[in-house]
Amino acid sequence: MGKAGIIGVGQSKFVRRYPGSIRELAFEGFKEAMQDAQISVGDIDASIICSAPEYDKQRSPSGVFAEYLGLIPQPTFYLENLCSSSSMGVRMAYSLVKSGLHEVVAVIGFQKMSEISSAESQERMGRGADIQWESPFGTMMPAYYAMFARAHMEKYGTTLDDLALVRVKAATYGQLNEKAVFRKSVTFEMFTDPESPLSGPVSSPIRVGDCCANADGSSCVIVASEEKAKAFNKEPVWILGLGAASASVNMAGRDSFTGLAVAQHAAEQAYKMAGMTSKDINVAEVHDCFTISEILAYEDLGFAMPGEGKELVKNKETYKEGSLPVNVDGGLLSKGHPIGATGGSQIRTIVLQLRGEAGEMQVKDPEIGLIHNIGGVGLYGNITILGR
Amino acid sequence: MEKKKEIDDRFKKFGTVSFTSLTKVNDFIDYLEEGKVMGTKCKSCGLVFFPPRADCYKCLSSDVEWFEVSGSGKLVSCSKLEYAPSGFGDDLPYSIAVLDYGDYKIFGRIASDIPEDEVRLGMEMKTIVNKLPNGQLNYIFQKA
Repeated sequence: MGKAGIIGVGQSKFVRRYPGSIRELAFEGFKEAMQDAQISVGDIDASIICSAPEYDKQRSPSGVFAEYLGLIPQPTFYLENLCSSSSMGVRMAYSLVKSGLHEVVAVIGFQKMSEISSAESQERMGRGADIQWESPFGTMMPAYYAMFARAHMEKYGTTLDDLALVRVKAATYGQLNEKAVFRKSVTFEMFTDPESPLSGPVSSPIRVGDCCANADGSSCVIVASEEKAKAFNKEPVWILGLGAASASVNMAGRDSFTGLAVAQHAAEQAYKMAGMTSKDINVAEVHDCFTISEILAYEDLGFAMPGEGKELVKNKETYKEGSLPVNVDGGLLSKGHPIGATGGSQIRTIVLQLRGEAGEMQVKDPEIGLIHNIGGVGLYGNITILGR
Repeated sequence: MEKKKEIDDRFKKFGTVSFTSLTKVNDFIDYLEEGKVMGTKCKSCGLVFFPPRADCYKCLSSDVEWFEVSGSGKLVSCSKLEYAPSGFGDDLPYSIAVLDYGDYKIFGRIASDIPEDEVRLGMEMKTIVNKLPNGQLNYIFQKA
């Protein structure tokens, strides 16, 4: 059995409010990936539709999308892993291709979050936690991650200023990314300026500026067998390592609040499969749903020792010119976070980087890239390692 | 006439807003009414559960017994919310937290009468039953 690789990537612009239906939103990411792969719809022999449920009126979006995208009568199915849905979709596509069951699989991630209010959205996200034993206390995503931030600060001396620097870095690159929802500059001073909305409290110690924004968007990743890629005359970006893990949904079942066990487990698997260590990674995308999440990711992935993640941002090691550029597309903090589309967008960024097609965001000659995509509050974790 | 079977939906009383009403561990609510916070223990293998479970994943037994959460646990982490999801706005501000009792941990809220500057990670706290203004029941963490 040959290798499996990515022959096409695409994403819609991530926007506050998409002025169309979910099938039309999905078309935008799909179209870009198809044009990138230079193949036709008949070449795709299965599709996986990825999102977090309950944001749309439409139930079972797979069939609707398959019809709209011209992917019938090929099989299609829906895959849900909250915010890491489309990374799990790529993992599934890889296994379908490697098994020989299919040769070309389209992984389409989407989310249209704008049809409900922000409070309703927080309520739905909160219900991605334990609805029997946690949600009745009034939980929401920023509050959960805030508990990790507080524990990390207490144990390692990480500060609010360290968190602010993560957002400043994200905004540096978000300004360059035409697909991002938040393209304004962010200065360190905004976090201490009571007049700036970014300094407002959300859930201590998390402030408005520490949070990524909800967004509408879609992404598409096309995975193909080595043979098919050759037949299409397309040089793929190879899938070298995959890792995935789950954890206790209730925070009462967690052993640590200073890191995410799912990321650690999934990273170990992906490094092992690729025969690599963190030192082999040249460029990475990490799931910065909150500023603290990026610091946790550095440590969980082995980019930094536990407690030292903040140093990478402070010393600008994870800037474009640094030793290990991370989220040089602006990350979730700048791009926005259309849940089901996020993993595919992260993968797209790394594919473009490895092909040298990332434009102003391009880092120098990367050969190996890593994608860290988390679902829920470290409930699901997917790590993907790609190489030229 | 056959009597209509009553639905045991006691769990709808749990928390400011309960999202589920049917569970095999509904007695948890009766214990709360008596002022007790209870977990379960597998009678077959002895594994201890909080939140309480009806089934043991280790030995697959559904024969569990109740035990009372007693003594104190260490505050692992917490966060004070300034925004709330729909249905919880009237409770603001409130703090969610995790206590570590050694054999198990408990996720809940910190008592609202504790000043924020007196909340320290690692401090000993106890879990007590709390009646909410809307008549619902939950449990909160108080200084030990």
